[in-house]
Amino acid sequence: MDYSITKFLWSLLGLFIILNWGMLMSSTMRRVGARLAGRIGVPMYQPWIDLAKLMALKTWLSHGVMYYIGPVFRLVGGVGMFLFMPIIFGSEIWSNYSFSGDLILLLYFQSFGMLGMAMGASDSSSPHASIGISRGLAQFAAVEVPMTLAVIAIAIQHQTFSFNSIMEAQQGGVLNWTIFTNPLASIAGMLAMLGAMSHSPFNLVKAPNEIPIGPPTEYHSSFLSVLRTNSAIIHVVEAALFMNLFFGGADTWLMYIVKTFFVYFISVFVGMVFPRMKVEDSVRWFLKWPTAVGIIAVLVAAYWK
Amino acid sequence: MQKGINNLIEKFGASDLVERRSGLSFITVDQTKAVAAITHLKDIDGYTVLSFITAADWIEDGKMQLTYMLNNPAEVAEIAIRVMLERKKEAGESMETIHHLWPNAKKWQQELKEMYGVDFPTSPGVNDSFILEGWDDMPPNRRDFDTKQYAEDTFFPRGGRVTHDPATYMREQLDPKDPQYYTKKKKKDINS
Amino acid sequence: MEEKKDKFLAPENEVRQVSAPDGSIIEVDPLKDYFSQEKPEPYKVGSGPVENFLNWARAESLWVLGFGTGCGSIEIPPLVTPRFDMYRFGVQMRATPRQSNVFIISGYLAIKTLKRAIRAYEQMPSPKYIVALGSCTINGGMYYDSYNTINRLDQYLPVDAYIAGCMPRPEALLAGFAELKKLIKAGKGHKANEYVENLEWYKTNQKKIIKDWNMPDYNW
Repeated sequence: MDYSITKFLWSLLGLFIILNWGMLMSSTMRRVGARLAGRIGVPMYQPWIDLAKLMALKTWLSHGVMYYIGPVFRLVGGVGMFLFMPIIFGSEIWSNYSFSGDLILLLYFQSFGMLGMAMGASDSSSPHASIGISRGLAQFAAVEVPMTLAVIAIAIQHQTFSFNSIMEAQQGGVLNWTIFTNPLASIAGMLAMLGAMSHSPFNLVKAPNEIPIGPPTEYHSSFLSVLRTNSAIIHVVEAALFMNLFFGGADTWLMYIVKTFFVYFISVFVGMVFPRMKVEDSVRWFLKWPTAVGIIAVLVAAYWK
Repeated sequence: MQKGINNLIEKFGASDLVERRSGLSFITVDQTKAVAAITHLKDIDGYTVLSFITAADWIEDGKMQLTYMLNNPAEVAEIAIRVMLERKKEAGESMETIHHLWPNAKKWQQELKEMYGVDFPTSPGVNDSFILEGWDDMPPNRRDFDTKQYAEDTFFPRGGRVTHDPATYMREQLDPKDPQYYTKKKKKDINS
Repeated sequence: MEEKKDKFLAPENEVRQVSAPDGSIIEVDPLKDYFSQEKPEPYKVGSGPVENFLNWARAESLWVLGFGTGCGSIEIPPLVTPRFDMYRFGVQMRATPRQSNVFIISGYLAIKTLKRAIRAYEQMPSPKYIVALGSCTINGGMYYDSYNTINRLDQYLPVDAYIAGCMPRPEALLAGFAELKKLIKAGKGHKANEYVENLEWYKTNQKKIIKDWNMPDYNW
């Protein structure tokens, strides 16, 4: 078979695995949260049922073209992040479409989803959706600052914008991981991760019952199922992004699953401990400590390389 | 006697004083002098808080009673001014407004207009609907409004509703063989 | 609403003339021009193993609209606490009618609330279910002679499951959900179609008591 077709099929298989892993992880984390509250929590298979049910719901609504494109845009953001990041380090078939500048492209894809939602939400004629998305964009812009600073610091440290090179530099032992070789950038990046994962305390923008549910107020049935599919994918991919940057990447699927689980678990753990922050507070917080640490990390990387 | 009551009796011809307990008195004032009496109580005697305005329908006497509950926070005393209006057959008793003394009075008056049909001309927004939306019948708290009849006509009552007299029903349930047992026993206890 | 003047018509819904940017005068009837006039149509109920699977999925994923209509809604918060934990059964709360498919009418329904309940119900995507909680929804309960609360809910909205009691305990609610699940799995959870097919009758009943209608005939 043609090489490009096999590569595409391998990527598709990877996407399928990651989608299911993301759904399993989301129900696991919900059970963890429930146990913390003294409950039993949802069954492990709940996300799949929800997805099937949402697809089976009937809809007659139309709010215009942008309303349809919004969830698709968001899904493109998640899938795009997946496609341009190598899954397994050193593996030819699981390297996806990564190239030498993939880190920059990934940073763009991160904001893709939120922008898509903004387009869709503004067309859905629900005032709640507009308020929700403006708050979401404000918080996301604040999260981007420390994250970009951390990425710049790492790029200076390794003199590259390629995931493969960054992961390669971290091979050969735990002490070679960025989290030990560049702790300042790691701190800034991991704090930004809490915002990027949009878990509590930074999940006000998508929390149920908040004005009243954030951007997807009007989205229902298959639209919502697309959004939920994307959130399953993006949680794993975000975790993989930080795993690749700070925790040395993964060289087997087992390592991939273990590491993404723990990176995701950090954000869940923080979310279980801290209550939600108001959007204006979280914006201020991101622009204060993580940004300060990020700036120092860039300066240190620039002068002490 | 509470502060201000002497004034009410001497200056405004108030009558029918009922002292429930120290610091709570009910007194009846003539309709024409009521607003003047309330103003006097507020400005001079320190009854600065309007707790509520309410109404009672004395259909047998042909009266509609308004009660203004005033509170004196400094002396922890309350005084209720009763005003007896002539009850009209088709709603629309009229009373002077007191929203110039307490702005919140207009909401009470709006509610009284809606629920009892007592009109307060010149009170702002008195004709707007307050709780009921789209009500086009008699004000529902007037006693000649038959709420059961209205509910039966308007809604769709489901059959099979049974009403029991609680006392007899309990007795039958407790001892079906001798329903009067507990009654007899009670009488015997009293006699002995 | 068309010919004779509706005395409860809100001022913002009155037919009025507005001038367009180019200077021409346009007559605007807000209820007709600003809202969709489409009538809903019953959806097609499938059959076979796919439909059975979907019915199972619908039954195991009940998303409840967080709208407490009466005193019975106090029984719903305990359901999400450790003692009753309705998440075990796939029952979750949602904040918007667009994303929910179970509507719990919790207790008495004032005429005012009925109007909002109708709006919320019609905005929910089908298939959707109504669980009527408490005696008030069955025969009026202790408010059977009240001028302001309805007696029988099924005259205004299609009810899938009743939970009797005044008030029913949270356990009764869980039993009600179990009953609803049985109905859905048996393929009997298509009351939304019934509502659409008998829309005329439901609308006549609703409009009989909601006199200030002030909304389109069907809220999309």
